[in-house]
Amino acid sequence: MVVIVDYDAGNLTSVRRACLELGVKAEISSDPRRVRNAERIVFPGVGAAGSAMRSLRATGVGSALVDAFHAGTPILGICLGLQISLQRSEENDMETLGLVPGDVRRFRLDDPTLKVPHMGWNAVRVVRAHPVLDGIEDGDEFYFVHAYRPVPAQARHVLAESEYEGVFCSALGSTNFVATQFHPEKSGRVGLRLLERFLAWNGAWEGAENRVEDGAGRC
Amino acid sequence: MLSKRVIACLDVRDGHLAKSVKFVETKNIGDPVAKAREYYLDGLDELVFYDITASSDRRKIILDVVEAVAEQVFIPLSVGGGVASVADATDLRLAGAEKINVNSAAVRRPGLIADCADAIGNQNVVLSMDVRGVQPSADLPSGYEIVIEGGRRPMRLDALQWAKEGERLGAGELVVNAIDADGTRNGYELALTRLLSEAVRIPVIASGGAGVPSHLYDVLTEGRADAALVASMVHYGDYTVSGLKRYLHERGVKVRMSW
Repeated sequence: MVVIVDYDAGNLTSVRRACLELGVKAEISSDPRRVRNAERIVFPGVGAAGSAMRSLRATGVGSALVDAFHAGTPILGICLGLQISLQRSEENDMETLGLVPGDVRRFRLDDPTLKVPHMGWNAVRVVRAHPVLDGIEDGDEFYFVHAYRPVPAQARHVLAESEYEGVFCSALGSTNFVATQFHPEKSGRVGLRLLERFLAWNGAWEGAENRVEDGAGRC
Repeated sequence: MLSKRVIACLDVRDGHLAKSVKFVETKNIGDPVAKAREYYLDGLDELVFYDITASSDRRKIILDVVEAVAEQVFIPLSVGGGVASVADATDLRLAGAEKINVNSAAVRRPGLIADCADAIGNQNVVLSMDVRGVQPSADLPSGYEIVIEGGRRPMRLDALQWAKEGERLGAGELVVNAIDADGTRNGYELALTRLLSEAVRIPVIASGGAGVPSHLYDVLTEGRADAALVASMVHYGDYTVSGLKRYLHERGVKVRMSW
């Protein structure tokens, strides 16, 4: 069963609808057992890191996600799901799940005409081959809505980059976890194709043979 | 960098697609779900539904339309028309809308903007404002006045002041509907759009008056808009979404060209 993790972080129905369009009936669940036993997990979310982490801790869903990560379950993080997979977020100064080393910082832009949140369609350039990002071509654009940007500590976890004044990481991966800052479920057919590749992915990625240091992930 | 967006607006009355001219004389021009799907497959960047249903079961009708569209259109959906409470906003979100437009009810009770922003996030709250040109006066120094109730009730509220107030209250985006230009196909109100774009730091969507592709170019460059809203141009088959985007792309406007 594909489980979409529900942790009071926004509207999850669009992800479920996108899966359905691809012929996969996903279950939206906030039950840690369902998350732990899922064949595959989508970890979406919009909203603030602070309230999201509090909800993940209070419900036990956070620990279930960390367990599933260590058990090798393929996991797709989307937007806030990506951000709280890192170790710390400047938003609400919050310690987060720590599946991937690095942190999350607010956009600080010099150009006064650029707006925060970064909202709209922007190009995504794949910098490290990954089965889930396979087939994205130069010029393909995805839909973004976010005010904070992920900063993985190690370049080997950066899968794709986008530009907003400077270059920022727009997709990252570590072993069986892959995540996008953009919303594939709102990015038209290029987004659906990414989701489709995730739904077919076995969780193996040759580019990241080394698991993040032992004991990674805390909740 | 972000692309400029081409957004199609579908006015929905009693479950059908309608089109108005200067906010009156609406006529039925088809099935909104089929149109939405057609535009999506042709490269549309975002869809806006405006519920102009007058009947008492309006909420249910628009929720059904949004839900049907959300099942087959995978780009951001924005919905407005009669949103008067956080409950209206969250119902539409559950039906599949990304962004919620508030308009008349926010003019009457500005706190609605902040309440919606708290409930669904600033980025999802769109302040849609209907604006008409007037003689500048002490009350209306910008020469633009806010009008509510579908263009029927002038509010003696200055459009520039209201745009800034909307941003301060937590709106994530502005839609600027120029009533004088609506349905005329004579071009967007460039001066109005530019005035508001330069006054706020949230994206501005220009609406009303598009008739030929150069109108989109003008409002996205000279008018400083982040997005251009089209209706008649594409609804009657005179232009296609992909054709408009190709036109903009060829003239150096950054738009999404692969889908």
